[in-house]
Amino acid sequence: MHSPMEQFEIKRLLDLKIGGLDVSFTNSSLWMIIAVILATGVFVVGMRQRALVPGRLQSVAELGYEFIAGMVRDNVGDQGKKYFPFILTLFIFILFANVLGMVPYSFTPTSHIVVTFAMALFVFVGVTLIGFARHGLHFLSLFVPKGVPFVLLLLLVPIEIISYFIRPFSLSIRLFANMLAGHTMLKVFGGFVVMLGIIGGWAPLAFIVVFTGLELLIAFLQAYVFAILTCLYLNDSIHLHH
Amino acid sequence: MDASAAKLIGAGLATIALAGVGVGIGNIFGSFVSGALRNPEAAPRVFGNVLLGFALTEAVALFALVIAFMILFVF
Repeated sequence: MHSPMEQFEIKRLLDLKIGGLDVSFTNSSLWMIIAVILATGVFVVGMRQRALVPGRLQSVAELGYEFIAGMVRDNVGDQGKKYFPFILTLFIFILFANVLGMVPYSFTPTSHIVVTFAMALFVFVGVTLIGFARHGLHFLSLFVPKGVPFVLLLLLVPIEIISYFIRPFSLSIRLFANMLAGHTMLKVFGGFVVMLGIIGGWAPLAFIVVFTGLELLIAFLQAYVFAILTCLYLNDSIHLHH
Repeated sequence: MDASAAKLIGAGLATIALAGVGVGIGNIFGSFVSGALRNPEAAPRVFGNVLLGFALTEAVALFALVIAFMILFVF
């Protein structure tokens, strides 16, 4: 039997080398491209008709748009409108990558820390730059809680700074670990089915069926959490603790 | 003690974090249900926050899982 971790193996489909850099086309890149093409397809094909009464695909596209637009409006306010396309792209890409990963024999790009950390780092650096561009050095007041005695500040400011710099790590590890754990657990219980055979294998099989539903929920939930935390970080750097 | 035995014990110890996460997730949904029974009208509005809190708490469990995996496979 294969090991449950084998599904996360990266395979080179096309060997490419630019300079000393290994930029091979892997199964991870393939599934990222599939996710991008499908996501673009849903929006482009869905919105081609621009009917007043939307059809099925147009409803899906409008729902996704409205969902993220509402999230940005509620969490960042009017000034967040500029950053709405970025958050929509982030959400849709993570959602498609996660959900496509649930297809048997597919690959989940978001189950690799490199992919999620790259996204989280972009969010972190971007949000920090936005904060400095908007407020200048006054942005540093983000690290100083209001209405706290000076003695406590000596303790609180380092904590605030550490918790700020830990953000990209927690953001990326959350997504990657969720995908890793969920897929590993499904495969482990799949192994139980094979081991117990036709007599006892039904119990883990039923568990897998239930858990696949939960995994689909988690695939959506993690995309949602990534997007909403990006909104909250953006709100911090635009409005500075209000 | 053998290094590989210590590794297995360490990975097992890393899962103790699940105790706290269990309390946390139970607390989130318990509070949500008791709040929703008092004021059913407001329940749908906070459900998004409930899911957010659930995902954030669950992430702590997964951090522990990552530690366990690192102990088992990386070292």
